[in-house]
Amino acid sequence: MTTTESSRSRSEVGQVLLEAKNLKKYFPVTKGLLISKVTGHIKAVDDISFQLRAGETLGVVGESGCGKSTTAKMMLMLETPTEGSILFEGQDVHHSSAAVRKSYRSSVQAVFQDPWSSLNPRMRVKDIIAEPMVINWNISHAEQQERVMKLLNDVGLNEYHSNLFPHEFSGGQRQRLAIARALALNPRVIVLDEPVSALDVSIRAQIMNLLKDLQAEYNVAYMLIAHDLATVRYMCDWVAVMYLGEIVELSPVHEMYTNPSHPYTKALMSAALPSHPDMEQEEIILQGEVPSPLNPPSGCYFHPRCPAAMDRCAVDKPGRTELAPGHSLTCHLF
Amino acid sequence: MAADLSGIIIAPPTTMARAAGAYRKFRRWPVIPLFLLGLVVFAGLFAPLISPHNPEKGELKDRNIPPAWLGGETALKLVVERLSINDRGSQVTLRDALVINPNAKVGDQLVIVTKPAGSTKFLLGTDHLGRDVLSRIIYGARISLIVSIVTLGVGGSIGVVLGLAAGYYGGWVDETLMRLVDIKLAIPLILIALVLVITLGQSLAIIVTVLCLFIWPRFARQVRGEVLQLKNMDYVSLAKVSGASTARILFIHIFPGTINTLIVVATLQVGIVILLESTLSFLGAGVPPPTPAWGSMVADGRDKLAGGVWWISTFPGLAIMLTVVSLNLFGDWLRDKLDPRLRQME
Amino acid sequence: MATETRINTETVLEVEDLRTYFRTRWGTVKAVDGISFDLRKGETLGIVGESGCGKSVTMLSLMRLIPTPPGRIVSGKIILDGDDLVQLSENELGKIRGSKIALIIQDPMTSLNPVFTIGDQVEEAIKIHQDIPKRSVMEHALQVLRKVNIPAAESRMKDYPHQMSGGMRQRVVGAIGISCQPKVLIADEPTTSLDVTIQAQYLKLLKDLQKDSDMSLIFITHDFGIVAKMCDRVAVMYAGRIVEHGSVRDIFNNPSHPYTAALLASVPKMDVDVDRLFSIEGQPPPLHNLPVGCSFADRCPVVMDKCREAYPNRSTVSDGHTAACWKLE
Repeated sequence: MTTTESSRSRSEVGQVLLEAKNLKKYFPVTKGLLISKVTGHIKAVDDISFQLRAGETLGVVGESGCGKSTTAKMMLMLETPTEGSILFEGQDVHHSSAAVRKSYRSSVQAVFQDPWSSLNPRMRVKDIIAEPMVINWNISHAEQQERVMKLLNDVGLNEYHSNLFPHEFSGGQRQRLAIARALALNPRVIVLDEPVSALDVSIRAQIMNLLKDLQAEYNVAYMLIAHDLATVRYMCDWVAVMYLGEIVELSPVHEMYTNPSHPYTKALMSAALPSHPDMEQEEIILQGEVPSPLNPPSGCYFHPRCPAAMDRCAVDKPGRTELAPGHSLTCHLF
Repeated sequence: MAADLSGIIIAPPTTMARAAGAYRKFRRWPVIPLFLLGLVVFAGLFAPLISPHNPEKGELKDRNIPPAWLGGETALKLVVERLSINDRGSQVTLRDALVINPNAKVGDQLVIVTKPAGSTKFLLGTDHLGRDVLSRIIYGARISLIVSIVTLGVGGSIGVVLGLAAGYYGGWVDETLMRLVDIKLAIPLILIALVLVITLGQSLAIIVTVLCLFIWPRFARQVRGEVLQLKNMDYVSLAKVSGASTARILFIHIFPGTINTLIVVATLQVGIVILLESTLSFLGAGVPPPTPAWGSMVADGRDKLAGGVWWISTFPGLAIMLTVVSLNLFGDWLRDKLDPRLRQME
Repeated sequence: MATETRINTETVLEVEDLRTYFRTRWGTVKAVDGISFDLRKGETLGIVGESGCGKSVTMLSLMRLIPTPPGRIVSGKIILDGDDLVQLSENELGKIRGSKIALIIQDPMTSLNPVFTIGDQVEEAIKIHQDIPKRSVMEHALQVLRKVNIPAAESRMKDYPHQMSGGMRQRVVGAIGISCQPKVLIADEPTTSLDVTIQAQYLKLLKDLQKDSDMSLIFITHDFGIVAKMCDRVAVMYAGRIVEHGSVRDIFNNPSHPYTAALLASVPKMDVDVDRLFSIEGQPPPLHNLPVGCSFADRCPVVMDKCREAYPNRSTVSDGHTAACWKLE
C-alpha cells in the first residue's frame, strides 16, 4: 500500500461499512489456585447487533459496567468475541485470513479517553504519528514525514511540533496528536472512547468540532463511547443505549432525544444534568445500582430498577421490537 | 483535591526549612560517593599503569612492613652465644648479630630493629608474603569491576528478559517464573558456592555464575512489576490497534519505560555483588590466589591482626566498605532523581 | 432546575478580597487573587471554572488547609459566623472544621481510610466535635447513615470501604460531612467519579439534606449542568479571579462576561440540536506568568486594546449580578 491509498474512492455516506452480529463476550470466573475451575461467566457483552455507516457516528451510552468498553475492544480486535461476528465490508474479521485481519487493523483506529496515557512519553511526536505507517505501509521515511506534517496541519498543530515529546503539550493538544495518529492510515472507522471527558470544558468544544470537521473531510465513520448524553446528541447520528451487556434501545439521534421509549433510556435522560436551570425534566430517580453482570436478574435485566416493571418482566426476557424504521428496543411495554 | 498544586516545588521560608533546603542542595549531587566510585573505576581500568609494584610477587625480606606513616621499633639486646630460655626477648645470637654488625662479639649491647618502619616504597605496607598492599587493592578493584560488570550483564539480562516475559504474558509463564524467584530466596547461596568450589575447583567463572544466579530474580521482579503497569497504558493498546508485533510492543513501547528503574536496581545490586564476591573470596570460595581480591586479602590478614599487623586486612576492608556505601548512596540519589514513585519502596 | 429558596438575608459566610499565593520555582503563583463573595443561609453557591482557575485553592483556603509552605493566604478575610478564619490558630480551627464548615471531596476512594470500618469513621467524626456519651455516639452515627439513605445501615456500619460501591462510599463521605450539622458544606466535584443515575441520586440526597437542616452549600465544579441543577447563585472563576457573579438565571440568561458566554456556548445541550458549538481557542494562561490586564484577553472574541493594559473593575450588570469586563464600563 502507498500514499495513493488516500485518494482511493471512499464509500458513500450512509453505506453500511461494518456490522456487528449477535456479539457476545463472556469472561470466565475461576476459582482455585492450582487447579482452577470455571465457576461462572461475566456476561460483559451479551448478544448485541448494530451497524456502522460510512461518514456517520454511532454513539454508545451507558453506565460503567454496561459493556460499552468491551464492545469497543472487540471492534479494535483487542478482545476476541465469545460468539457472534464483526463483518467489515462483508468479511468476518475475527475468523478470517491474516491478510484480511491486517487490512482491517489498518482500517479501524482508535482515540482513547486519557491523553496522558495514550502517547508513549519516550517517543517524539513525529515517531508516534508515523508508527502506524511504519508498521503497515511500505513507504519511504521521507514520505512518512511528509504525511506526518500534513496530519499535524489537519489537527491544527504546526510542523515544529513534530520534534517535541508528548510532555511538552497540554491535554487538548495531546488529544489532537492522538487524533492525528489515528488518522495516519486513512482509516474507515475510528473508535472514540470518551475522547473529551478528560479535557477541560473550554477545550472540549475544540476537539468535538475538530472531530466533526475531519469526519466531513475524510468520510470516516466514528463509534463514540460516551457517558455524557449532551455530547452524544451533538456528535452522533445514531445512538445505542446499553445496560448490563445489552443494547436496550437503538435509534437515530433525533428520535432518541425527542421520543426516548425504553424506561432505562428515559431514566438516563432524566438523570442527565440540565443545560439550563429552567429546563423541564421528568424526575425519575432510579433506585439501587447496576446489578453484577456475574449474576444478572431473571427476565428483563432492568426489571428490578424499572419504574414500569410488570409481573412478566421478571420472567420473560423481552425480544427486540421495531418502533419506527431504525428505532428498536427491548421492552415488554411495546 | 489538590490537583492544582501538583508540580509545585517548595521554596521554604523558615529556618528549619532553609537548613533542609541547603541539605537538599548538597544532596543534589552525591559528590563524595561519585568521587570514590570514580577512583575505584579508574584504579580498575588502569591498574597496570598506576600500581607501584607487582601485586602477586613480593620479597620475603619485605614482609609485614607497616604503612608509610608508621615508625619502626627498636630494642637494646645482649649478644650471646646461645639464647637462654628466660631472657630470650632481650638477647640475640652472635650469628644474627654478625649480620647486622660484623664487629659484634658476645657480651655487646646492640640496637636491633624489632619491627620495621614504614617506607614510602610501600605506601600502605606489605602483607605476610611481602606483597604491596596498595598494588593489591588496585588490582583487587579490577577484579571487583570485572565480576560486577559480567554479573550485571549476564544476570541482569536474564532477569530483564524473564521479567518482560512474565509481566507481559502473565498466566503460567508468570506463575512459573515467580515460583523460581521464590525458590531462589530459599536457597542458601554461600553453601551452594562452597559445594561448587569443592567439586569443580576455584575459578572466576564459578563465582560469576553463582552471583548471576543470585541477582537475576531481583531484576526479573522489578521489571515484571513495571511491565504490569506499562502494558495497560493506552499507548500499548493503540500500538496493538495499529498492528504492532509483540516484539515491537515489548522493545519499543514497554522496555524503554523500565530503563530508569533498571539503572537504579543495577546500581544498588552492584554493591551487593561486590559484597558477596568479597564474602565468597574471604571464605576461600572466590577468586583463586594469588590473584588479589579484596575479600581474600581480608582473609589473608585476619590471623595477623592479633600480632599488631592490622594493615593487611584493614585497607581492603575499608575499600569494600567505602565502595559499597558509595554505591548505595549513589543508588538512593539516582532513585530519587529518576523515579519519585520508588521512594517509598524498601 | 434550581429550587426557589426562600429569600433569606442572613449571611453565613463572607469572603473578602482573599488572596492565596504559592511560591514555586517558576515564581509566585497567584492561585487565588482577590476574590470576594458571600453565602446566605440555606443557599447554594456554585464556583465554576476550568482546572487551574483557582477553585480548588479557594476551597482549601476556606478550610484553611493550604499547604504552608509553599502556599500562604496573603491577605483577605473569611468570616464565618463572626470569626475570621484567617486569624484563627490551628487549635481554634480544629473546633470549627467539621462542625461549622465541612468538606466533601471528589475521590471517595482516598477520603475514607481503608483500615477502619464505616461505622468507626463516622463515629470518629462525631466524637471529635460533640461531647456526647459513648452509647449515643453509635446511635447518632446510625442516624446519620440512615439520613444519607444507606440501606441496612446497621449492618453496613461494620463494613470496610472496599466492600461498598462508589456511590455508597460517596454517601458515607457525605454522612461524615453532615454528621455535626455544619453551617456550610463545601462539595468539591462530589460526583465526577459517579455514574449518571448514581449522580442523580446523590444530588437529590444533598438537596434533601440541605432542605432539612437549612445549611448552605458551596459547589466547586467545572460542570454547568451541576450548576443549573443545584445552585442559586454562581461565581465564575478564571485565572484566580471571579470574572462574573450572579444568580443562576442571570448567568444562564444573560452571561455578561465574554468568558462565561463563550463557555456556555461551547457546552453541548441535552434538549436542543446544536449545529456547531462555539469553540474558545487557546488555553488558560499559566498562573505564574499572567498577562498584564485582563487574563482572558488572549482568548476573548471581543477583545479591545484597553483589555491588555489594565485589569477591568467589577461592573454591576443588574442587582446582584456583576462582571469584570471593560465592555461593561
